[in-house]
Amino acid sequence: MTLLSVLGVISSAIFSGTSLLYTTLGEVITERSGIVNLGLEGVLLVSASTGFAVASLTGNPYLGVLAAALAGGLMNLILGYLVVTRRGNQLASGLALMFFGFGLSALIGKPYVGAKIKGLPRILLPGLQELPRLYASLFRFDLLIYLVIPAAVLVWWLLFRTRWGLGLRAVGESADTAFASGRNPWLIRYQALFVGGLLAGLGAAHLSIAYAMNWTEYMTAGRGFIAVALVIFSKWHPLRAIVGALLFSAAVAFQLLLQSSGIKVSPFLLDTIPYLLTLLVLIIWGGTRKHAAPASLGRVYHGTE
Amino acid sequence: MSRTNAIIPSLTQGKPRLAAFGQRFLNGVIRYTLMILLALLLFGAILLISGRNPLHSYRDMLTSTLGSAYGFSEVLVAMTPMLITALAVALPSRLILINVGVEGQLYMGACFATWGALTFRDWPAWCLLPLMVLLGMAGGALWAFMPGYLRARGIVNETITTLLLNSVAPKVVSFFIFGFWHSPMDTDKTASFVPAARLPTFFGTRVDLSLAIALVLLALFWWVMKSTRWGLEMRAIGGNPQAARRNGLPVSTYLVVVMCIGGAIAGLAGMAQVSGYYGLLLNNFSRGTGYMGFLISWLSFGDPLGILLTSFVVAVIFTGGNLLQLTQGLPFAVINILLAFTLFVVLARPTQAVIALKGAYGSEPKP
Amino acid sequence: MPDQSHQGSAQTPFIAMREITKTFPGVVANDQINFDVYRSEIHALLGENGAGKSTLVKILYGYYRADAGRILLDGKPVSIRSPQDARRANIGMVFQEFTLIPALSVAENIALFLPELPAVLNRREIHRQIQALSERYELHVDPQVMVAGLSVGERQKVEILKLLLSNARILILDEPTRVLAPHEVVALFRVLDHLRQDGYAIILITHKVKEVLQCADRITVLRAGRVAGSLPRAEADEGKLVTLMFGRELVGPKAGRQKARDEAVPPLLELRGVETRAEGAETSLKGIDLRVYPGEIVGVAGVSGNGQRELGDIVLGMIRCARGKKLLFGEDLTHASIGTVRRRGVAFVPEDPLTMAAVPFMTVLENMALTRTWHYARSGGFRVDWQAIRSDVQDAMGRFGFSFPLYAPARALSGGNLQRMTIVRELAHGPRLIIASYPTRGLDVQSAIAARQALIQARDDGAGVLLISEDLEELFALSDRLIVLYGGRIVGTFRPEETDAYTVGHLMTGAEVQHV
Repeated sequence: MTLLSVLGVISSAIFSGTSLLYTTLGEVITERSGIVNLGLEGVLLVSASTGFAVASLTGNPYLGVLAAALAGGLMNLILGYLVVTRRGNQLASGLALMFFGFGLSALIGKPYVGAKIKGLPRILLPGLQELPRLYASLFRFDLLIYLVIPAAVLVWWLLFRTRWGLGLRAVGESADTAFASGRNPWLIRYQALFVGGLLAGLGAAHLSIAYAMNWTEYMTAGRGFIAVALVIFSKWHPLRAIVGALLFSAAVAFQLLLQSSGIKVSPFLLDTIPYLLTLLVLIIWGGTRKHAAPASLGRVYHGTE
Repeated sequence: MSRTNAIIPSLTQGKPRLAAFGQRFLNGVIRYTLMILLALLLFGAILLISGRNPLHSYRDMLTSTLGSAYGFSEVLVAMTPMLITALAVALPSRLILINVGVEGQLYMGACFATWGALTFRDWPAWCLLPLMVLLGMAGGALWAFMPGYLRARGIVNETITTLLLNSVAPKVVSFFIFGFWHSPMDTDKTASFVPAARLPTFFGTRVDLSLAIALVLLALFWWVMKSTRWGLEMRAIGGNPQAARRNGLPVSTYLVVVMCIGGAIAGLAGMAQVSGYYGLLLNNFSRGTGYMGFLISWLSFGDPLGILLTSFVVAVIFTGGNLLQLTQGLPFAVINILLAFTLFVVLARPTQAVIALKGAYGSEPKP
Repeated sequence: MPDQSHQGSAQTPFIAMREITKTFPGVVANDQINFDVYRSEIHALLGENGAGKSTLVKILYGYYRADAGRILLDGKPVSIRSPQDARRANIGMVFQEFTLIPALSVAENIALFLPELPAVLNRREIHRQIQALSERYELHVDPQVMVAGLSVGERQKVEILKLLLSNARILILDEPTRVLAPHEVVALFRVLDHLRQDGYAIILITHKVKEVLQCADRITVLRAGRVAGSLPRAEADEGKLVTLMFGRELVGPKAGRQKARDEAVPPLLELRGVETRAEGAETSLKGIDLRVYPGEIVGVAGVSGNGQRELGDIVLGMIRCARGKKLLFGEDLTHASIGTVRRRGVAFVPEDPLTMAAVPFMTVLENMALTRTWHYARSGGFRVDWQAIRSDVQDAMGRFGFSFPLYAPARALSGGNLQRMTIVRELAHGPRLIIASYPTRGLDVQSAIAARQALIQARDDGAGVLLISEDLEELFALSDRLIVLYGGRIVGTFRPEETDAYTVGHLMTGAEVQHV
């Protein structure tokens, strides 16, 4: 096992972790407002295919990223209509959205299967110019990767340091109290969904435009569900989500490492570790009666009747 | 719960309820038909945009599914796993247990059943098949036990745990396939099962015994809820857990046992998939069958007849979707849009289901 | 801090409620009530549960709308149609169930209600405001901690701070001392006194006579929806207030009382040093020793929230004993399940049948079977013998003189019919011990008499009855023995003929007992 291969693994972990972190951050915002989005998988697929299509059509990857983000926001607004305005069941509506995303993304992406695009340009990490070319190539990241940690901090700041974030968290904890304080829970939930969708869209854009640089059906491979699990693991906190995303990508990296070093451990069992850890954490919290979930998560807000 | 109780006529002896029931049933059918028409309209617009004639597409879909015996049999094939998985959600939902974990339970059922099929390949069918059924059910029940137990003890809500375990189960299956069970030719699937490990099929179609099992289970479910002591007690727990507890019903025990039974039914669906439909265990063989079951159960308020009808409609959509791929050059997944539109229009009406009142996983479970 | 320049003359009440009337189906909660609060005044609203105190202040806070009557603010009529209106009129209320969000910090909870909150939170400024106010009124809480980690007393401080910072000048406190420890009560009264000096008007709802005398400037006593009397502190004393609260001395008919008991008979129920652990705002029981013998009705008096509900629940097995032993029919059933307890012959008539006894969407007949599913199951559970249930129910309905529909869903029944249904179900099978918790609440006079008759009949047939009630008249009429609960303890045991409502009322409200 060479240093190069270790670095290579770390580099690819960073690539795969980025889209996950954006998506998780988006879901943190939505769940903080009290809405769980099980359709995230579908949102990601639609964003990824839309972004890829736009990038391919215009030849401008940044336009693709923009389109992907908007597509994510719009997909989430569909969920908003179902669960906020129509007061539908969140789990069922989310799953319906997932199936919608399966179909719509296939339709959008069909003409672009196998298409080539100009991916997001990669920029060398400043200060690493000295490295040999071979190493340097591993640390040429695109803009979205550089922005993901600042994005997590920004989400944290929005949620915990602004009036909007305070209102949003209040809605997620107790829509009645938020309403009593003069806020509009319905509007705030729509806003949270849209912003969450934008972030999920960025995650999907990174996947199709910067990382894989192609489009295949079901290319997100369960990332939506991983993000939902990560939100729980990170206790609905954007900064802890960084740790969660690192853990998941570390699991991926670790597998690759083991494979390259020839050690026989099933990658599939390693894959389950993050989920089992999340489960364990939940059981420990539950045993000590510390429930971290927003108190009105999943509830329909009916208003004062 | 009001609807379910209304649809499952509950022992209101001597009351003229049949006429009212028929009326409500008719109203339901009309409403759902209108909703499906709306969904078809929306999807038609999408077809039009992508340059297809929606009317031709719909005609083809209809003739290919309901217009021929073969097409109809394919609809039944597609319907079977939906029936069973929907039941695996519907039964726990009677206790307001939200089993989103059917997908994982299904994988575990398939996994256990496959172990039986590969290990006891020399056994005759009349021994092997029942064993596989039992193994499949045990696998599913095992996967549902922990969520049920944690919920009954008030530690973690079953929604979160079942969802997490959904992601774990397929990986366990992959582990066994890639590590031990794969056939010499492929790495991602087992060799075909011996004929003794295959569910018998009917009339040379792909319809197999699991359809009959599903129908029997649905009838059994209806009858247990309506007529037996356990059905009475379950309806009481689902209707008012606090009163049920004060009345001396063993609520916690019910939560665990019913969750396990739900898991066992899901496991049976997995067994039916590998033993009937595929005849082997394939990596990642189920793409959302369990979630589809959740949706179907939810849309039909966990009512057996509703499950049957909804599954049928969804199966027609899916089977017809194959045709779009073949004749119109659209990707198969596109049919999900039609399905989703149908779901959207149904979901967008004001709901009265009890399940909607409960937090997805916000509410602290109380034992 | 209230705006001094805004103060009207001393003669104009800050808030004047005039001839407020409010009826709920079947109950007149407020009957032409007049109620004034002045600036720099603590005005106590005193009364038993159900006297109409909460309804009155909820009308003032915009939660309910009065059927008739006016509200004047500084002599000018105002229309208060919602809590928002009330807040705009500088009226703030601390509910019994706090409205804080546990997962947010103290500062965040308060910031949520700040009238002028900048888009980007200035946490230092918010902390400064909180600290300034908490210093001034000795409401010390750390603004940074989560509300979830606060004690009930601290949460109350946060609620008060929240009101003060949102510019409330009339503070309504609903039973604020209910959940507080004695030293916390003292501290709260100091805070209220300080607020009064700063010009705030305070409405204090309570049923505790002693506390009223400690801190109020004026006391209005409500009884059965009417003002029973209103007097300044100087003219009030315990005796006067208790008499106003409970009306004339109640001496019910004591006919048919049980004869002297044979001491050799073992008790049906025996609690030995039972304690419970309280969660949230629930009262915990402390060192309960209680025996119920066959053929006696033991009345449990107390104002709600003092442990009666918990006492019933512990006998049934709804809550666990943290300490002590529970013996039923001579058997140690401290940790037995409710199912076991019920099968041994314990019946439970709760105060709120729709949430505690009945399943709303099931028919009455199905509900009737629920406590004895094992009894009615046939063929090992595959069948339920509805014939047997129906004949049992009809038989019992005849015996008790009740009648109600059998095939309607329980939720379609009126409150009275629901309670009849529960009584029939619980008493039909000759239980050995009956826990009756406010069994006549919601019943019309005739049914109430029938329900009481049913309890007496069961007693005469040799059952023990634990009768929990707030209705002293009922307790005096039925009980063979009377215990009084206050703060989770038994503070008095009497034979009804040896005491009077006055003494019991004193004990219920936490006043000192002069005699006995």
